[in-house]
Amino acid sequence: MEQLFFVIFAGIALIGAVNLLLRRNPLYAALSLLTTMAALTGLYIMLKAYFIAVIQVIIYAGAIVVLFLFVIMLFNIRAVERQTDRRGYLKWLALPFAIILIGQFLYIVRLFEENPTPVGTEIGFTEAVGRKLFTAYLLPFELTSVLILAAIIGAVVLAQKE
Amino acid sequence: MNIMLLIQAKPDWQVLAQDAARLLMPEMLVILFACFVLVLEFMLTPEQRRWAAYLSLAGLGAAGLSLALMFVKFTTAEVGFYEMVVVDGFALVFKVIFLLAAIFTIALSIKFLDVENEQRGEYYSLILFATAGMMFMASGADLLSIFISFELMALTTYILVAYLKRDRRSNEAAMKYFLLGIFSSGIFLYGMSLIYGLTAETNLTKIADTLARLARQQAPQATGFVAMAGMIFIAAAMFFKIAAVPFHMWCPDAYEGAPTSVTAFMSVGPKAAAFAIFARIFIDGLPGLRGDLTGESFGWVGLLAIVSALTMTWGNIAALTQNSAKRLMAYSSISHAGYLLLGLIAGNETGYIGLVIYLFVYVFMNLGAWGVIVAQRRASILGERVDDFNGLIHRSPGMAVMMTIFLLSLTGIPPTAGFVGKYFLFAGLIETGNAWLIALCVLAVINTAISLYYYARFIKAMFMSDVKEEEPLALSTSLRATLVTATVMVLLVGVYPRPFIAFTENATRHLLGL
Repeated sequence: MEQLFFVIFAGIALIGAVNLLLRRNPLYAALSLLTTMAALTGLYIMLKAYFIAVIQVIIYAGAIVVLFLFVIMLFNIRAVERQTDRRGYLKWLALPFAIILIGQFLYIVRLFEENPTPVGTEIGFTEAVGRKLFTAYLLPFELTSVLILAAIIGAVVLAQKE
Repeated sequence: MNIMLLIQAKPDWQVLAQDAARLLMPEMLVILFACFVLVLEFMLTPEQRRWAAYLSLAGLGAAGLSLALMFVKFTTAEVGFYEMVVVDGFALVFKVIFLLAAIFTIALSIKFLDVENEQRGEYYSLILFATAGMMFMASGADLLSIFISFELMALTTYILVAYLKRDRRSNEAAMKYFLLGIFSSGIFLYGMSLIYGLTAETNLTKIADTLARLARQQAPQATGFVAMAGMIFIAAAMFFKIAAVPFHMWCPDAYEGAPTSVTAFMSVGPKAAAFAIFARIFIDGLPGLRGDLTGESFGWVGLLAIVSALTMTWGNIAALTQNSAKRLMAYSSISHAGYLLLGLIAGNETGYIGLVIYLFVYVFMNLGAWGVIVAQRRASILGERVDDFNGLIHRSPGMAVMMTIFLLSLTGIPPTAGFVGKYFLFAGLIETGNAWLIALCVLAVINTAISLYYYARFIKAMFMSDVKEEEPLALSTSLRATLVTATVMVLLVGVYPRPFIAFTENATRHLLGL
């Protein structure tokens, strides 16, 4: 049963990721990114990392992808579609980097297979995160709220009509 | 101070509330008043708008008062908020510098904003938020709290640069500054992540301990390499913030385009704050990477020495050909960043005294000089060229004399405060006895001589050129009071530096680990 759900979610995530690369229209690409993020949320829930799952939905799906969509719609980026990138050499530069990345990934997977590290039971749980957030990290947390307040004031100052 | 016992004895919220009241009173007052000013803004008619400025001055005064109390109360360093903040002499001295910079800036701004027709409460509120950010930076004992307060300061500064939104130059400057600024923040974070990945700590003293332990234990070369990479990334971000060559490109553009009063603030407050975290991170967090200049090990002292030499020289040479007073002062501020680095490079008591006292007097001499430039801005005249100072002695003799004193102090000529600062910075280098550092000191002295040339251009324009236009300067009581105070301080520190040196020793005691 677990494996069936894993296959479903992983499949959706992969299809979304591949679709993201193949789409020329940035709007569709952003939407497939959203699909991938949603499928990953499912995987996190299966791993019982509920907090990370919620964060995934709120921050990645809710904030970041929506921000992408806003930018795409505001600037009407469709125009970019027509001019293809002529700098073909970049493609060849990407190849060695891709190989290094895959090599690193395989290396890490092998390390884990040899001596699997047990994940702490505290990681990823709302209670543990909340406890840390309101004790050890209270000051940065509160300071962030001041930072956001200042940012809001700034946005209003710069955007308001005379 | 055994903080662990306290935590166990009382519920968390009590400990935190006590910590907040005891350790962070000035910061909380500044933030509180920043919010008050915002609210007050809506109750004022356009004629009463200046009250926002007076309220923010009152808030800064209140914060200053509570800071003075802390000077009496804290004889040893204390940490709080689970080791996120530290209150020690270093933090307190820097907080005094930031409060002074903010008070002077607001006093300079009142008339300027009237002329620009942009008198609004948000301006003062943003200055207060930036000040609070800087004060938290000085107190930061943890990479996390340092970074967030750093962003609080940086973000408000970006907005202030764009404050004149009908002015194209202001928009352009803000865009450049913003894009490069967030890029440098990213680099800062990347450096931090490398250090964190290596040590699994964000607290500065714990990072230092862990790095020392790692260097003794496993694979010293590999860990040394990662730590060095992290150090270089953090240093690059710091170089950006203090506008050191080769990360200075944003500085002349941002200084020129920003409202002049904001430029005055940027050249003093955020710069001093960046130096505060620079010293804090490198001396507290990465002392093991210091290296030396005998050629045995490379570390940040070598990196800083190279950057300092480049910064001094390039800043001064580029300033020679500027005709815009704002750009000229921007390059002057770049070269001063080079001089200030000397204090960190020397790494002895004299050098640290030099760093702190120079940042302290820099508030007075630089804000003073910028204040005179601010007064040149009138309804129909931008007043940003060196030519605009022509014949100032005939129109406003007091201003011309004060400007001359500020410029001489920036050059470092006795008996002004700038001389005292430069004396300690240079003497610190000579004390080390290292041939390379003495060569660096000679370079700094040569640069001082070069800087006299372009500062003298202002003096020549003011005293020896004919008056170009007759429109009276944009003077106000608060501006005059600020300039007179700054002049008095510049001369006082220059003639009788002893109490001020004793004051800065509060800060250096910490840097030396005493």
